[in-house]
Amino acid sequence: MLQAQHIALAFGAVQALSDVSVDIHTGEILAIIGPNGAGKTSLLNVINGVYYPQRGHIVFQGVERSKRLRPYQVARQGIARTFQNVALFKGMSTLDNLMTGRVLHMHTGLLSQALYWGRARRDEEQHRAYVETIIDFLEIEAIRKTPVGRLPYGLQKRVELGRALAAEPVLLLLDEPMAGMNVEEKADMCRYIFDIRDEFGITCVLIEHDMGVVMDISDRLVVLDYGRKIADGPPDVVRTDQAVINAYLGVAYADA
Amino acid sequence: MALDSSLAVLVAPFVDMVSSPIFFAEVVVGGLMTGVMYAMVALGFVLIFKASGVFNFAQGVMVLFAALTLVGLMEHGLSVWLALVITTVVMIVLAFAIERVVLRPLVNQPPFTLLMATIGLTFFLEGLGELVWGSNVKKLNLGIPEAPVNVGGMLLNQFDLLAAVTAATLVAVLAFLSQKTSIGRALRAVADDHQAATAVGIPLQTIWVTVWSVAGIVALVGGIMWGAKSGVQFSLSLIALKALPVLILGGLTSIPGAIVGGLIIGVGEKIAEVYWGPLVGGAIENWFAYMLAMVFLLFRPQGLFGEEIIERV
Repeated sequence: MLQAQHIALAFGAVQALSDVSVDIHTGEILAIIGPNGAGKTSLLNVINGVYYPQRGHIVFQGVERSKRLRPYQVARQGIARTFQNVALFKGMSTLDNLMTGRVLHMHTGLLSQALYWGRARRDEEQHRAYVETIIDFLEIEAIRKTPVGRLPYGLQKRVELGRALAAEPVLLLLDEPMAGMNVEEKADMCRYIFDIRDEFGITCVLIEHDMGVVMDISDRLVVLDYGRKIADGPPDVVRTDQAVINAYLGVAYADA
Repeated sequence: MALDSSLAVLVAPFVDMVSSPIFFAEVVVGGLMTGVMYAMVALGFVLIFKASGVFNFAQGVMVLFAALTLVGLMEHGLSVWLALVITTVVMIVLAFAIERVVLRPLVNQPPFTLLMATIGLTFFLEGLGELVWGSNVKKLNLGIPEAPVNVGGMLLNQFDLLAAVTAATLVAVLAFLSQKTSIGRALRAVADDHQAATAVGIPLQTIWVTVWSVAGIVALVGGIMWGAKSGVQFSLSLIALKALPVLILGGLTSIPGAIVGGLIIGVGEKIAEVYWGPLVGGAIENWFAYMLAMVFLLFRPQGLFGEEIIERV
């Protein structure tokens, strides 16, 4: 689905990513793991168009992507994401947040909406209907009208996931979707991620630090360390990889 | 003695109001007209704040710059309409330039950085205006008759009436756009979080250019009103200071708030001036707005219609 080939990204003297190649297959759940500062979020930001790599290129659905694609254009191609620190529109209700996710499917255009009132309203209703299915799916009916700034952290993460889903992406990038959650919330989130892949058919890439979760839900792992890829493979293989144990896992997981 | 002065402050003004209702009505309407003009300036602030989370320090100067351009073009012998069209185009070009030169390099920077950038913009525009059009006070004459008309026993200025109608139309259109369409949602999204907005597919640049263009046009309307009233001069940029209490009353994020805030302050300061002014030697008009704003900051810091600030600690 998406190939990042020989990506190199530097901020001044800091080499965030050097020669990283990642192949994302259609329909898989891919986890990117690694110690803090390994370049996981940078890699997501490159895929998402926030950063432009100095070297390397990205092929998405068989087409090489132009170097200077802006994030909103990437979003329009069908790549949605969530952020490490929840980036919701805090003053808006849950519903409105999800509706912003529909922006790129609103064909009436921003300006003509004001003019073609009838058509724009029909449009709005269709989008609203889709958003309601997402709300049902994520079980957030009760907080539909609540300003998201008031919600507890775990629910905010869920709303952010909902906003990304509302865009009907083909590829979903999740940056630490379970950070700061308790065990129960993590279990819920795992279930959602499985369902997103199985029911919505969306390919998922996630960054996560909870190794228990990662080993459970991902089909494949990519391990980064100091901006380099040190391993790539199914959980069982990566778990016993000596380089990964040294850099990140420690001995405990190898024995487990 | 104490009784006398409390009577003079608490009772006598109200007796005056009731005893000549027509005069009172004239005072109120006069206040409303001034209020509309304050609201026009405050509206520019609100639009930009809503869409980019930037407190645009340069809004006052944009009012001045628009008025200067209009008058300057008319002095070169252009007709009113042609001058209006060209000025509108100039304000839109300005919006494009601001987006490209000031905003785009500062995406994802903290609001304070953007505020500082708009302060820089203030000096730039002031200098540019002076360079191109000179620094003399100019008279703006749009050819609207100034003769008062009699409405229900009150004498009203025709120009004021026209200004009020224009403002009302403008506000109705803007309020509709921002609350009933998804443009409004996109605007609020951009204001809340640049990064998240682009990640859901909202083109930041387009939104910014649109909003700054609209703010420029609102500045032009404000500039015409103030310029026609008190001449186009550099002190015009200082009316931005009067817009601040309006914003505090109405809330920084509410279009109706800017209007209601403007009207309350316009009417409030007129009434205070006329009925209580003589007791303290006049000039209440100059500080009344700020005092009212201070009271609001104490009891309702988000303003009448502003979004409640939710802060997690």
